[in-house]
Amino acid sequence: MRFWRKVIAITGKDAVSEMRTKEIVPSVLVFALLVMVIFNFAFGARQEMMALIAPGVLWATFAFAGVLSLNRSFVLEKEDGCLEGLMVCPVSREVIYVGKMLGSLLFLLIIEAIALPIFAFLFNLAVLSLQIVVITVLTTIGFVAVGTLFSALAVNTKARELVLPILFFPVVAPIIISAVRASGLALSGEPWSGLSPWLQIIGAFDAIFLVVSFLVFAFVIEQ
Amino acid sequence: MVMNMEGTNSASQAWAVEVQGLVKSFGSHLALRGIDLEVREGECVVICGANGAGKTTLIKVLAAIMNPSSGRVLVNGLNLKDNAEEVRRRIGVVTHQTFLYGNLTAYENLEFYCRMYDVPRRKERIHEVVAMLGVTSRLYERVGTLSRGMQQRLSIARCLLHKPAIMLLDEPETGLDQQAISMLWKALPTEGEGKCTIILTTLNLERGLEVGERLLILDKGKIVYQGSTEALDVADLKEAYQHSMRVGV
Repeated sequence: MRFWRKVIAITGKDAVSEMRTKEIVPSVLVFALLVMVIFNFAFGARQEMMALIAPGVLWATFAFAGVLSLNRSFVLEKEDGCLEGLMVCPVSREVIYVGKMLGSLLFLLIIEAIALPIFAFLFNLAVLSLQIVVITVLTTIGFVAVGTLFSALAVNTKARELVLPILFFPVVAPIIISAVRASGLALSGEPWSGLSPWLQIIGAFDAIFLVVSFLVFAFVIEQ
Repeated sequence: MVMNMEGTNSASQAWAVEVQGLVKSFGSHLALRGIDLEVREGECVVICGANGAGKTTLIKVLAAIMNPSSGRVLVNGLNLKDNAEEVRRRIGVVTHQTFLYGNLTAYENLEFYCRMYDVPRRKERIHEVVAMLGVTSRLYERVGTLSRGMQQRLSIARCLLHKPAIMLLDEPETGLDQQAISMLWKALPTEGEGKCTIILTTLNLERGLEVGERLLILDKGKIVYQGSTEALDVADLKEAYQHSMRVGV
């Protein structure tokens, strides 16, 4: 119980900070919308083409937006030594990891919740289905599980904006590919059973990287 | 070589901090080269040395922010390696960085740290420490809008919230004017009931002599001088300090 009270304190602190500054959600959302609009204009209005490329466009958008959002997560902690402030508190490193991860998850889910209806409007596709929502939530959990770990690693480097994507994208490639395939099937009207192999891959990725990131986070931030 | 080592304690005395053979390396660079240090409960030990001497690294290891490469650190008899969380609960850290979130108000920052340290009766405790440090009137302002001196006072408030037995102060005067420095020292529990054990690092030798009961000079990750400030050999001290500063530069 004490673990979760402190996790909530960290996530809550990040949420209050974001509500004040609006540094992450609005700017990343604008970026995501711009990417979608550019793709929309680039591929024209042919419906058959849209259905084909839409899953790729959706996940390319969310992946780039995710990196931008995750990059900011630990940058705010570096200002005035706040990460060290957290590290001198009598809490396990895992509390810091889970607290920061839930904060990033919350911000990304808000961005996706706003971006999905706009995507549906721009591409004239039925992306607001339960299947797409489940795929999005599961994939985002995997994203932030890995991204929070790498963000903590990258924040101590000089070229952190470059380091995070270089580390992040090769690792999350399997989950992005699975999300694209599952979304494609969902958009073409496949039932849940058709999506199941891809959802299993996404679920396994989430489980593995949540556990691994949870366990190695202490080594990453303690230098 | 240590120029003046004083046996200041009997073996039976309780040590607040015991450091044995502490080594910290970053790749091939040795930041700390076998530090041995004992600090009595309630003692104020000052560590002087040039930039890069290893002062901040030593504080970070004692605060359990960094793991030592080798050696042993005991805090109130607890091994840092095995009891890091319990050790952190007994320690308060103030550095030239405030550890405060600029976007949050002073109250929100202090409440957050109260939650992290499981401080009971949070509201009362926050009002108690801010009154002690004279920052009550700025409690609901965002930290980012406050002056450097005010932020540093809040940083001390943050450090005192959980009533630490040991305070680690890493160049806390950096960026402060004389008035703020004077307030900083008045705010620290250095006397009477609730007196803390203090380990202070500073570049300012005069300040070290003024506030410390024992003074150490760190040079290239090693203690090169150690002695009581009351009975120190000023010539030895100055020679050791000037040597360390020359090497540091």
